[in-house]
Amino acid sequence: MIKRKKNHKDNPFYDATLNARHRKSKRFKKFTLSSLVFSIAFLVFFLFDITSKGTPAFKQAYLKVEVTYSELSKKSYRKAIERKYSKIVSRAYLRTIPMMIEENPQLMGQTISTWVIADDQVDQYLKGHHYKLKNKDRALVDQMKADGNVELRFNTIFFTNGDSKSPEFAGLNSAIIGSILTMIITMLIAFPIGVMTAIYLEEFAEDNKFTQIIEVNINNLAAIPSILFGLLGLAVFINLFGLPRSAPVVGGLTLALMTLPIIIVSSRAALRAVPDSIRQAAYGLGLTKIEVTRDHVLPLAFPGILTGSIIGLAQAMGETAPLIIIGMIAYIPDAPSSVMDAATVMPAQLFTWAGMPERMYVEKTAAGIMVLLSILVALNSLAIYLRKKFEVKW
Amino acid sequence: MPKEKENKNIVKVDVKELNLWYGDNHALHNITVPLYENKITALIGPSGCGKSTFLRCLNRMNDLISIVKIDGSVVIDEKNIYDKDVDEVSVRKRVGMVFQQPNPFPKSIYDNVAYAPLKHGHVKKGKACDELVEKSLKDAGLWEEVKDKLNDPGTSLSGGQQQRLCIARTIAVKPEVILMDEPTSALDPISTEKIEALMLELKKKYTIITVTHNMQQAARVADYTAFFHLGKLIEYDETETIFVNPSNKKTEDYITGRFG
Amino acid sequence: MHTFESKNKSREMKEKAIKMALIVASTISILTTFGVLFSILFEAIAFFELRSFWYFLTGSVWSPGQVDSQFGAVPIFTGTIMITLIALVVAIPIGLGSAIFMSEYASHKTRDYLKPVLEVLAGIPTVVYGFFAALTVAPIVVKTAAWFGLEATFNSALASGVVMGIMIIPVISSLSDDVIKAVPDSQRKAALGLGMTQGETIKDIVLPSALPGIISACLLGFSKAIGETMIVVMAAGLRPNLSFNPLEDMTTVTVTIVNSLVGDFEFNSPETLVAFALGLALFIVTLGLNVLSLMMIRKFKEKYKVNTL
Repeated sequence: MIKRKKNHKDNPFYDATLNARHRKSKRFKKFTLSSLVFSIAFLVFFLFDITSKGTPAFKQAYLKVEVTYSELSKKSYRKAIERKYSKIVSRAYLRTIPMMIEENPQLMGQTISTWVIADDQVDQYLKGHHYKLKNKDRALVDQMKADGNVELRFNTIFFTNGDSKSPEFAGLNSAIIGSILTMIITMLIAFPIGVMTAIYLEEFAEDNKFTQIIEVNINNLAAIPSILFGLLGLAVFINLFGLPRSAPVVGGLTLALMTLPIIIVSSRAALRAVPDSIRQAAYGLGLTKIEVTRDHVLPLAFPGILTGSIIGLAQAMGETAPLIIIGMIAYIPDAPSSVMDAATVMPAQLFTWAGMPERMYVEKTAAGIMVLLSILVALNSLAIYLRKKFEVKW
Repeated sequence: MPKEKENKNIVKVDVKELNLWYGDNHALHNITVPLYENKITALIGPSGCGKSTFLRCLNRMNDLISIVKIDGSVVIDEKNIYDKDVDEVSVRKRVGMVFQQPNPFPKSIYDNVAYAPLKHGHVKKGKACDELVEKSLKDAGLWEEVKDKLNDPGTSLSGGQQQRLCIARTIAVKPEVILMDEPTSALDPISTEKIEALMLELKKKYTIITVTHNMQQAARVADYTAFFHLGKLIEYDETETIFVNPSNKKTEDYITGRFG
Repeated sequence: MHTFESKNKSREMKEKAIKMALIVASTISILTTFGVLFSILFEAIAFFELRSFWYFLTGSVWSPGQVDSQFGAVPIFTGTIMITLIALVVAIPIGLGSAIFMSEYASHKTRDYLKPVLEVLAGIPTVVYGFFAALTVAPIVVKTAAWFGLEATFNSALASGVVMGIMIIPVISSLSDDVIKAVPDSQRKAALGLGMTQGETIKDIVLPSALPGIISACLLGFSKAIGETMIVVMAAGLRPNLSFNPLEDMTTVTVTIVNSLVGDFEFNSPETLVAFALGLALFIVTLGLNVLSLMMIRKFKEKYKVNTL
C-alpha cells in the first residue's frame, strides 16, 4: 500500500495552515534538542581535552647515567655526573645527592649506573611537545634513546612529592594532604551547626519573626559569591582573630560557612521526609520532643543528612576563590603536619600550576584535574549510592 | 441499539469495533456505537468503566499517551479519523473538547476565545475577530457578564463563568462535534443549571457527547445514553428507555443504584 | 491525688540546654550573613575615607600605585557586564532549550539519563573551567578570529564569557525544568484540544505561563555569573578596559578584588582596601538579583499553588 502523506489535499480533514505550522513546530523541537546535544557534546569534548592533556603527565622520563658519589660530588652536586648530561638531568635530583651520600655512607667512592629523573624540557621533548633544548642536548637525548638509556616510567613523584620549583619534581602530595586537613575542619564545623540548625527549624521552631529571619539569611548565604567569604575570612579570621594565614584552620572555617546552606537545606529535606506518624507514635509513648527527635526522627533522617553532607563536602573541595584571598596559594613544598601549618589545597595548587610558564605544568595541571574530578565523582557516587541504599519507601 | 425503523437520525460519528489497550491492559472492548447529529449523547457508568477513555478516542487525545494502542474505526463524514493519512491535529479542529476542571489560559478573556481561531487562520485580527469573540461568548451565555471586561484575565472569573469561557473558546473554532468530560462536576448547582441549559441550546448547532457520573443530569439533558461497564458498551438507547425500561440487567442495577 | 509523676528537674534543664544549643547554632547563619556584610562594609568605608566614593562609582580612570592614584571603577563594571552578558547569551538559549526538551519532548527514560548529565556540568570546580578557558578556548577564539581577519587577544572577554556561560547552563536549565513541569497539564490538554500542535502549545501556552519562573532562573544565573571568580582570574584580562569589543581583554570586579589583595601594597593602602569597596558593590548587586529572583518564584508559586519548587 502506498504510504499516504498526512494532511493530503483530498482528505476531508485537510487543513491548509497545518503544514506550515507543523514545520515551525518541528524547527522548534529541533532547536531544543540541539541545545541539549550541545551541552552533552561540550561535556564530552571537555573530558576528552582534559584527559588527552593530562594522561601524559602520569609518565615521567628517566635517563640512565653514571652517578659518581665522592667527596667532590658531595660538595658540588653538579660534579656527580658527566658535564654533557648536566643540562638534561633534573637539577632538583642532583641537589639531593649530597644528602644521599650523608645518609648512605657506603655509597662514598662508588660510581653507579642509575636511572635518573630527566629535566622537564627533556620530558616534554620526548612527549612531542614544545621544548627549550639546545641542539646538542637534543642530539644527546636522541642518541641515548637509540642506546636504550631513556625510559618513560609511571610518575610516582606526582603523588609523593609536594610542589617544587623544578617542574619535574612537582607533585600533588602536599595539596592532597592540605585538602584533607581543610575538609576535616570544614565538616567538623559545618556538619554539627548545619544539622542542628536544620533540626531546630524543622522540629522546634515556631512560625515567628525569628524563624523567618533565619530562613531568609540561609537563603542569602547560599547566594553570596564565594569570593566574598574570602573577604570575610581575611577581615575577621586573619585580621581580627589573628589566625595564621594559609592555614587549614582558616580555610576550613571559611569553607564551613559556605557549606552551611547546603547542609541545612538537605538536612531539612531529610527531616521533613520522615512521616509525622513516627513522631506521633513516639509522643504517644510519653517521650519528650528532644527524645523523639534524637532517638526516632534523626536515625531515620540520617542517610539523607549524610548524602547532603557528602555533596556539600564535594562542593567545598573544589572551591578556590575564597582560599586565594586568605592566602592558601603560597608556594608550599612540604605537606602540612597540623591544621595550623601553612598549606595549600588541590584546586589552589592547580590554579598556581596553571599560571606557570613551563610546558610541563600544563600536563600536571590537567592530570591534577583528572585526580580532583575522580575524587569528586567518587564522592558524588557514594552519596547517590547511600541515598539509593537507604531509600525507604514510606 | 435504538430501533432502526424509527430512527430518522443522521449518524455524525460512527464508531465501529473500537478497541484500546493501555500497554497490556485491554481497556475498551469492541465498542460499536452510532452517535447522532445534533443530539446530546450521555456516556454513563461506574468509575473506571472506560467512558472518559472512549470520549478521548473521538478526538484522538489518547494518541498523546505513548503506551496506548487503538484498533477499529471512528468515522466522521465518511472518513475514519484513525486513517494513516489523517493528521490528528486537524481532527481536533472539528471535534472540540471541554474538560472537567475549567482551564482557561492565563490570557485575557478576549484572547482566550480569539487564540485558536487566529492561529487556525479562520479570522484576522480586527473587526472580524471581535465579532467572532462576541458571537462565541453570546452563544456560551457569557457575553452579558464579561462584555465590559474583555481584557481581564480569564482566571478572574468564577468557576461557572470559567467553564462557560472554555465552552466559548471551544465553539469559536466552529467544530461540528463537542466532547464534554464531566463538564459540571466541579461546579456549584446554579452554574450546573446554567451549563445544562446551554447544552440544550448548543445541540441545535453541534453534536454533543458528554461523560457524566450524574445520572440525573443524563436524564435531564441527554437524548441518547450509552452505559459502559468494564470497558464494554452494555446498552445504548434513547435516554428514556435506558432509565425507564432498560433491556440489560446490569444497566438496571446501575440505574437503580445497586452498584456504582 | 497523684496519678502523674512530677516533672524531673534535671531532665527539664537538660532539655532546655539542648534547645538553647540548637538556637545558638541557628543564629550562626544570621551572624555569618551580617559578618560578611559588616566586615566588608567596615573596610570599604576605610577605603572611601581615602578616595572619593562618587568617583569610584562614576569615574573611568583606574590607576593604582601612584601618589595621586585614581580608582574609577566604571571600566571594571562594564567589563563585568560584558563578560556576564556573553555568558547569558550562551547559557539562556541552551539552558532553556535543554529544559524544554527534557520536560516536554523527552521520554521518561531519556530524561532520567540526561538530567544527571547536565548536573555534572554544575559539579565541575570553577578552577577547572578556568584552566579549560585559558588553555583550550582562548586559543580557539584567537585562531577563529584570525580566520575571519579579526584580532583577538588571548585574554578575550569572549573566551571567559563563553566558558562562564557553559558553567551556568545547569543553573538555568534545572530551575526552568522544574517550573515548566509545574505548569498544570490541563493547560496543555486545553490547547491540544483546540487543534494546536505540540510546539504551539509549548510556545504559546506553557512557556508564557512559566515565564516568572524562567525569569527567576535567568536572574539566578546572572547573579552567579557576576560573582564568578576563577574563570575570569585565569582567562580574562587584568587591565580595566572600557570596551564593547568581546575580542579585547577586559577585567571584572572579582579579578580586581583578587589582584588588589595579593599585591605588594600594605593592607591599609587604598590599593588594597579598594577590594572591599568592590566587594561591597558585588554584595549589593548579587543580593538584589537574588531577592528579585525569589520574588519572581513566589509569583509563580502563587499563580499555580505549587509547593514542589
